[in-house]
Amino acid sequence: MKHWTAEELWQYREGNVRGREKMAAHLEECAECREELERLDEVFAALDAMPVPDPGENYGTRVWRQIAPRLGEPRAKWWQEWFVPRHLAVAAGMAALAIVAFYFGRISKPTPAHLVDADAASTVRERVLVVAVGEHLGKSEMVLVELSNAQPAENGKKLINISSEQKRAENLVEENRLYRQTAVEGGDNAMASTLDELERVLLDVANSPSEVTPAQFEAMQKRIAERGILLKVRVVRQGLRSAETQRKAEPAEEESTKAKEKNKV
Amino acid sequence: MVRMRASGEQLEGVESSDAEAVARTLSGERDAYRVLVERHSQYVYRLAYRMTGNREDAEEVVQEAFLRAYQKLHQFAGNANFGTWVYRIAANYAIDRLRQRKSEDSRREQPKRAADGQAETDALDTMKDRAPSPERLAGSAQLAEKMKQALDTLTPAERTAIVMRHWDGCGIDEIAAVLKSSSTAAKNTVFRAVQKLRLALEPFAEPRGAARAAGTEL
Repeated sequence: MKHWTAEELWQYREGNVRGREKMAAHLEECAECREELERLDEVFAALDAMPVPDPGENYGTRVWRQIAPRLGEPRAKWWQEWFVPRHLAVAAGMAALAIVAFYFGRISKPTPAHLVDADAASTVRERVLVVAVGEHLGKSEMVLVELSNAQPAENGKKLINISSEQKRAENLVEENRLYRQTAVEGGDNAMASTLDELERVLLDVANSPSEVTPAQFEAMQKRIAERGILLKVRVVRQGLRSAETQRKAEPAEEESTKAKEKNKV
Repeated sequence: MVRMRASGEQLEGVESSDAEAVARTLSGERDAYRVLVERHSQYVYRLAYRMTGNREDAEEVVQEAFLRAYQKLHQFAGNANFGTWVYRIAANYAIDRLRQRKSEDSRREQPKRAADGQAETDALDTMKDRAPSPERLAGSAQLAEKMKQALDTLTPAERTAIVMRHWDGCGIDEIAAVLKSSSTAAKNTVFRAVQKLRLALEPFAEPRGAARAAGTEL
């Protein structure tokens, strides 16, 4: 007669086993397996019998009193930060400036240059965003490369300290969320999708314990590799760089064409 | 997720008022966080005690969990359950504490072991040797003490896994998320913990054949 293994019996007890009826029938017949199952029951009964000292009825209030002096201002969600009084004042100031500029614009003689300036401002804003996203991707890539290239079992270490990478990932998550939202609003689905995937990986790192075992570290490296996020980040960064180089080249070409025309005249 | 949770309307009521307290805290009303702390401290404490095995460490875990939750509150998704979220933060912090304690203990023990010329062995092998006789384990207080000792021999991941699975009824996926491992690895971790505890309580029962664990044909 084949006896069930301890693991199979545990799975049976957990209710996660296929062929449950067959096992139940075997347990009816086999005293040894039944005894083994009872042994497992004893373990769980002993766990249940372990007391947890009552921290007292007002424990919650006590915890609050202990932590309240250490609480700073809670960090609001990024969009909520705009509704902080200080930010509202800045926004109101900017709006007032815009109204004044608009008013002077109306009373002064309009020239085509104004239209050119508006276009230029929009282009500058876009460029600033591209540079910022590029930098963000660069920083993220650095964290992921460091994690991917580290040797988990180096010097026979039992625990690997990733607190520095964890801290950096935590900061990058916030930035990433902001850029992802901007990409979604701007309809840049490819960018939004890459940033979404990057955010998951960064969150994974940020929410890890500060010290991990080599096995956990390897699992983390595997997750990073499986998602292919490093390659995706590099491709997007390269795309941003090429677009920026092209943009820089365009005004130079325009300038040279204008100069040629002028010379002809 | 966990056993301590009520069901139906009661649960819905608690969750909606949790969401309201979170929103008020995020809007700058710091005292609104007090509601969340008072409501969830008890069961976070139970988890922390079972994981750390002593009151002092458990209280530290509870405080740290609520402090971390407060600092990360902006990352908390509004549709999630605050209780589950803070429970996970506490479990993660408790794992860190346990690992720190283990590495401090091993640093302290290493010179002693070297002096005695003892080789490092697995806790699973040594557990039976250190076990007191069945007579000494007669009372339930002794049983609890024995179980406490057995729990102390588990690795932080094993201890987390068994506490989450057995006492709080968490699913394997939830345990995997806290352990940052795959579901299969999490399931193996729970089983490894069960096996170690089972061996630790062996003196209570008649000796069994070692072949059992392998499921040998007889």
